[in-house]
Amino acid sequence: MTAIGEPLVRRDGARKVTGTATYAYETPADAPVFCHPVQATVARGRIAAIHTAETEVLDGVLDVITYRSAERLASTADAELAVLQDREVAFRGQVIGLVVAETPEVARHGAELVFATYDEREHDTELSADRDDLYKPEKVNPAVPTDTAAGDVDAAMASADVTVEQTYRTAMYHNNPLEPHATTALWDNHVLTLWDSTQGVHPSRKAIAKVFGLPEERVRVVCPYVGGGFGSKGLPHANVALAAMAARAHPGRPVKLALTRQQMFSLAGYRTPTIQKMRLGATRDGRLTAIGLDVVEQTSRIKEFAEQTALPSRMMYAAPNRRTTHRLAALDVPVPSWMRAPGECPGMFGPEVAMDELAYELGIDPVELRVRNEPEVDPESGNPFSSRHLVDCLREGARRFGWDSRDPRPGVRLEHGWQVGTGVAASVYPSSTRPGSTAVVRFEGGRYAVEIGAADLGTGAWTVLPQIAAEALEVPVEAIDMRLGDTAYPEAAVAGGSAGTATWGSAVFEAARTFRDKYGRDPAEGAEADATTGDNPARKEYAMYAFGAQFAEARVHADTGEIRVPRLLGVFAAGRIVNPRTARSQFLGGMTMGLSMALHEESVWDPRFGQVVNHDLAEYHIAVNADVDDVQAHWLDERDPHVNPLGVKGIGEIGIVGTAAAVANAVFHATGARIRDLPITLDKVLAALP
Amino acid sequence: MKPFTYDSPADAGTAVRTVAADPSAVFLAGGTNLVDHLKLGVARPGRLVDITHLTSTEITERDGLLSIGAGVRNSDLAADPRIRSRYPVLAESLLAGASGQLRNMATTGGNPLQRTRCAYFQDVTTPCNKREPGSGCSAIGGYTRYHAIFGASEHCVATHPSDLAVALAALDAEVSALGADGARTIPFTELHRLPGDIPERDTVLAHGDLITSIDLPAPPAGEQRYRKVRDRASYAFALVSVAAVLAVEDGTIVDARIAFGGVAHKPWRAWQAEDVLRGAPATDATFRAAAEEELAQARPLPGNEFKVPLLTRTLVSVLRELS
Repeated sequence: MTAIGEPLVRRDGARKVTGTATYAYETPADAPVFCHPVQATVARGRIAAIHTAETEVLDGVLDVITYRSAERLASTADAELAVLQDREVAFRGQVIGLVVAETPEVARHGAELVFATYDEREHDTELSADRDDLYKPEKVNPAVPTDTAAGDVDAAMASADVTVEQTYRTAMYHNNPLEPHATTALWDNHVLTLWDSTQGVHPSRKAIAKVFGLPEERVRVVCPYVGGGFGSKGLPHANVALAAMAARAHPGRPVKLALTRQQMFSLAGYRTPTIQKMRLGATRDGRLTAIGLDVVEQTSRIKEFAEQTALPSRMMYAAPNRRTTHRLAALDVPVPSWMRAPGECPGMFGPEVAMDELAYELGIDPVELRVRNEPEVDPESGNPFSSRHLVDCLREGARRFGWDSRDPRPGVRLEHGWQVGTGVAASVYPSSTRPGSTAVVRFEGGRYAVEIGAADLGTGAWTVLPQIAAEALEVPVEAIDMRLGDTAYPEAAVAGGSAGTATWGSAVFEAARTFRDKYGRDPAEGAEADATTGDNPARKEYAMYAFGAQFAEARVHADTGEIRVPRLLGVFAAGRIVNPRTARSQFLGGMTMGLSMALHEESVWDPRFGQVVNHDLAEYHIAVNADVDDVQAHWLDERDPHVNPLGVKGIGEIGIVGTAAAVANAVFHATGARIRDLPITLDKVLAALP
Repeated sequence: MKPFTYDSPADAGTAVRTVAADPSAVFLAGGTNLVDHLKLGVARPGRLVDITHLTSTEITERDGLLSIGAGVRNSDLAADPRIRSRYPVLAESLLAGASGQLRNMATTGGNPLQRTRCAYFQDVTTPCNKREPGSGCSAIGGYTRYHAIFGASEHCVATHPSDLAVALAALDAEVSALGADGARTIPFTELHRLPGDIPERDTVLAHGDLITSIDLPAPPAGEQRYRKVRDRASYAFALVSVAAVLAVEDGTIVDARIAFGGVAHKPWRAWQAEDVLRGAPATDATFRAAAEEELAQARPLPGNEFKVPLLTRTLVSVLRELS
């Protein structure tokens, strides 16, 4: 019986496509009330006066909560969650008030009528690498060294046969899950229940309990379905604290709060723009002698988030001399946060385009250059890789993509008015398992109930966890009842860092095995076993990563410069694949998001106001159906005995890593125009066209 | 969203009188632009006058001319065999606009009246002379990727977003409008106005004027094409667009009608380019000369200078294809 490896359909699929899945905002509630936040219209200052009288007299308005009336929070340590505590405005769009009303329309109208004046202070929101106040954070996300150095990069660059020294830039990006950040909150009998769209009910409970000074058992977070998150729902943002605050102010009434699309651009986190100064030195035969990457990025003045952009450069290729740094500018801007593959995603754009530039300098095929620099051990730690099949991915991808027939000359192929090119880039993402998640297996009415407080943010947890349980119990997967998305179930780590299936799956697998060992094949009603994901001692001995190779075909219209990508192909080595159907969707989704990053996405910043100008989905372009053509994801049958007992590596994020670089490299091959700042738009290639 | 009253009058005359008499009243047709603006606070009407059941949803033919009822949905108009065969530039412009869902709602009368998508216009927390006269223009010195290179003023640099309107401008369509003083017709190219010092007024229509139909003259001789250049393949406003009709006989251009989108406060009829084209040989050199003549009056902003070469290249490309 091998439930693992079967392409089972999503258990929640029919509920989602038929509209019966209950999302946070639609949680059935008796006599709910509705909230609408009021946002600051200056980027920095102090509220001088806030006028709420006009709102308060509106029919249906129950409450206008401002810093004057808000409850004093038990903890303001997390400035993002310390809502409505004082007059200070730290960024434009910060919440300065909350209108609570009987209908969403009245709440929204009431919010429009709240009027504030400010003692405005000069604001500073412009990221640049030349700022004199850049600082070195103590650690970068999640908790790794800010800088690293081995050998002497400067000396190696000076003596290298060939060098590439370029600056690459990635834009500011905003997570835009289809379901906005939304909560239904109820304070009833001194228990706070949050039906919240979150990637982790337990992490959310912990954060909110702390903010309100409640014991965790008096906070319950429920989240059966998430309409996307990509990291923005990994930790609660201000909207959750606001909903909880309104619920406490109106006990017994369910309170609903959903951010508008526009509000998400200042309140739900974002990916920092990055400036990447990249240096590569190599011998004439294509061996890297130096890898240097100095990253500059931004954080908010009130809360630090240091994205780990240089991490992949530390371990990807062998070179005796290596140096990476991260520097931050603390600005009067909203709080940045996680977005699909924080660090690795932007952090493989500069390096993988630089590798392409080096390949052209050397006249070596870009696939071959990467193969030549394959390290034998992790260059950073010196440990062996638990498994590393990047070369196999590159070779298999090249074969499937038809790379062999490639004419390397840039800008020489014209087909029906379009310049055509192809490009390649490598992907990497760490394979993690987080200790501390617990699963329970119980025999109930002839069936097996599996409980864990995991969140399925669209990745397939509802479907793959039963597969893992069925395999360990040696029963058909139909015999498993899955229960997740509720703090009523045992503790589970956040759905993030591509660690969900590995982490929760390890606990489920272990609990199921324990159950079977303990009770045999004929358990009594109520028989129960649990297990908790533990530390993996092998982590100290092995470097654990998933790898991938991304291939792209780009077409650039010779007259207009319009850029289209008719083909993307990825080959991944990501351990054992639990469910090929949901896995494929994950890879394709990541690659599509990477395509979107390459060509479309950009939160356009206006430093005069200190805000994103294009803050809706009409103007903030993501790839739409017509932009996504032939996207293929393949994977190798990789067995990794070290990562965890299941041999599972994460797959949620590796699909996006490297995609943008592959597209940029394909655009260069098509046109001869080397675009080093994302997104690649037609104005940037126009000058290079015939 | 500010509360409003909702009227559903029995006939067009009543609708026009109701709106004309109430400065806070607006017509509601497909709602694809207005409803967004209600939510954003950009439009704050006191009264919505629903005209969806009052304007014609028929395309009628008389003496070979087509009259498109103002209530005809964009999707129906694009699919109409007479439009597709005789006015392909119009069908192409419709299909280049918005998304399938929006085209199912948007109407012939409403589409040309949609307002600019300038991000500052749509954000009530930033100054905008079009939304709030006298408050200033935030786009000047700001994000100008989608902004005008022709005919802008120091008060407003916004562009008109409709694709359909660009094709109608090239086809010499006429607008039939019903006002408080009765019916009248307006050449389509004169419907929209340049911003000047009253950028809040998009068109020459008076408050209460209702578009009842858009009338097409006989199809012009020659080949037609609508080419929209944008960053993604669908569901994006034009960076630039070209509606062109070109008639060539024995290598000589006998007629040309050209309008540009995405470059001005109105669909930009390229009269000067047309003058260069008529009577000239249908060659790349002519096409380039025509583009250069028209674009000599372009005044790009910091941030949209690329539109000058882009529009030149797009026009040459389209004319080459049509010749």
